[in-house]
Amino acid sequence: MRKPAPAQHRRPAREAGAAAPALNIASLTVRYADILALDRVSLGLEQGNICALVGVNGSGKSTLFKAIMGLVSAGTGTVRIFGAGSKAARKNNLLTYVPQSEDVDWTFPVSVHDVVMMGRYGRLGPTRRPHSADREAVDHALEQVGLTSLASRQIGELSGGQRKRAFVARGIAQQARLMLLDEPFAGVDKGSEATLTSLLQRLRADGKTILISTHDLAGIPRFCDEAVLLHRSVLAHGDPAEVLTTENLARAFGEGATSGAA
Amino acid sequence: MELLNWLAEPMLYGFMTRALIVTIAAALVCSVLSCWLILMGWSLMGDAVSHAVLPGVALAYIAGVPFSFGAFVFGAGAVALIGVIRSTTNLKSDTVIGVVFTTLFAVGLAIISKTPSQTDLSHILFGNVLGVTDGEFVQVLVLGVITLAAVLFKRRDLTLFAFDRTHAHALGLNTHWLSTLLLGLLALTVVVALQAVGIILVVAMLITPGATAFLLTRRFPVMLTAAAGISVLTAVVGIYASYYWDASTGASVVLAQSAVFTLAYVFAPRRGIIARARVRHAHRPAAAGAVQ
Ligand SMILES: Nc1ncnc2c1ncn2[C@@H]1O[C@H](COP(=O)(O)OP(=O)(O)OP(=O)(O)O)[C@@H](O)[C@H]1O
Ligand SMILES: [Mg+2]
Repeated sequence: MRKPAPAQHRRPAREAGAAAPALNIASLTVRYADILALDRVSLGLEQGNICALVGVNGSGKSTLFKAIMGLVSAGTGTVRIFGAGSKAARKNNLLTYVPQSEDVDWTFPVSVHDVVMMGRYGRLGPTRRPHSADREAVDHALEQVGLTSLASRQIGELSGGQRKRAFVARGIAQQARLMLLDEPFAGVDKGSEATLTSLLQRLRADGKTILISTHDLAGIPRFCDEAVLLHRSVLAHGDPAEVLTTENLARAFGEGATSGAA
Repeated sequence: MELLNWLAEPMLYGFMTRALIVTIAAALVCSVLSCWLILMGWSLMGDAVSHAVLPGVALAYIAGVPFSFGAFVFGAGAVALIGVIRSTTNLKSDTVIGVVFTTLFAVGLAIISKTPSQTDLSHILFGNVLGVTDGEFVQVLVLGVITLAAVLFKRRDLTLFAFDRTHAHALGLNTHWLSTLLLGLLALTVVVALQAVGIILVVAMLITPGATAFLLTRRFPVMLTAAAGISVLTAVVGIYASYYWDASTGASVVLAQSAVFTLAYVFAPRRGIIARARVRHAHRPAAAGAVQ
């Protein structure tokens, strides 16, 4: 079974009662009509780790994120986030999610700042009127992703990579404890990717737990504490070096893929 | 002085003052809601709800209950029916909306054609703002205030929902409830506006102000204010047009809104066609220079 993650010493001391794992999935099965997308997936994530989610196209990565978010209904199995169910976790701002592709209207009359402020809504009163602490949190989040100078632009006036960073900033402003990032590096250049990975490492230092799907296998050991190899069910989970072996990758990607990657 | 007299004269008549208030209320509520409707892509839904209330209005007159009650029941019923059919078939939304609202509209026409003429069909279809009764006046104002208050109270949640419902869900908001709220408010808005412009033209007031304001700004609060301002202005224009030129009030309001839309389409600072042409023009020499 999986070894304790190597990054445990980085975890800040937590208040009592917060010992529940960041994520605990037990025997989760999800179907779309007759397509079995996830088959008895069980997965636990310790708090304060960055975990890479790896698998071929169609292996169920996005479905796993959606199941954690309660966006697709789990056929069977349970999902617990810091010990809470998906809905309670969402209501308590424990979870944030940056989807693979944003299903939003890019001509919508909102600025980058407005979008990041939407991360605060769960912490505001019924009319969502922001206070100065919220504006500070938004400014801080924008600064962390390097979008301060573009804050007043309309959201559609950003490039693809900048848009991704804006949505990550929204998650930072939300101050969620578990961040789900579905392929944030897709279509992002090396410079932006480096900015994003160092940002993720800083967020981990703040005690965040991050589950991130990616196809950049070579980059994983640099910033991830653990990796999960998914192919409808979990093939391997643990230290990246032990999970991303040629043998495992051959099982997940097929023989051709690994010889190509090697 | 002459202008003041010109402006004051219609208001010497009680029915004109009342018509002005009803028209402003209707235009204002419609314009505020239109900002969300056009961003949600729900324009056709506005058309559907406004036509679908016809049988409700007709039955309400026959039964002697307030017309707004019948209209709201059928407006909300149409929305529910559309939702049910959409979720139980693979038909596209606009198809389902089209089938449902034309059916209900036809039911309304059939009811009216079969009942002795207590109600004038043309008043329902085209509005009768100069003949508003005391009871209708109160209904419109009360419902208008309720609708406006509800929209403004929940405006940030509605905007979040319109922009990114996945994120609304991620924050634990009930997106079904927000969707139902917006549709319920749409039905109420149609009820408020029926008297002023009639069933046929309500949809114009539910789309044009928001569309105009969208061309003018890239900030939602500004869009909301601009739409509201345009609607009040055009309501006043409509009332005066109907007094001095004997033109239909509903048609005058809608035409005034169309005129403002046209102005925005041509002259809007960034999205207008002149501004766009200017941007293209300004970039052409630079691009040519880069090639050389
Ligand atoms: N909305 C849907 N309806 C039906 N089947 C779906 C739907 N979404 C995904 N699937 C199927 O479920 C399986 C898992 O899809 P999923 O999107 O989770 O894969 P993924 O690992 O995220 O792939 P990618 O790397 O391409 O993003 C696939 O077989 C896919 O065809
Ligand atoms: Mg995916």
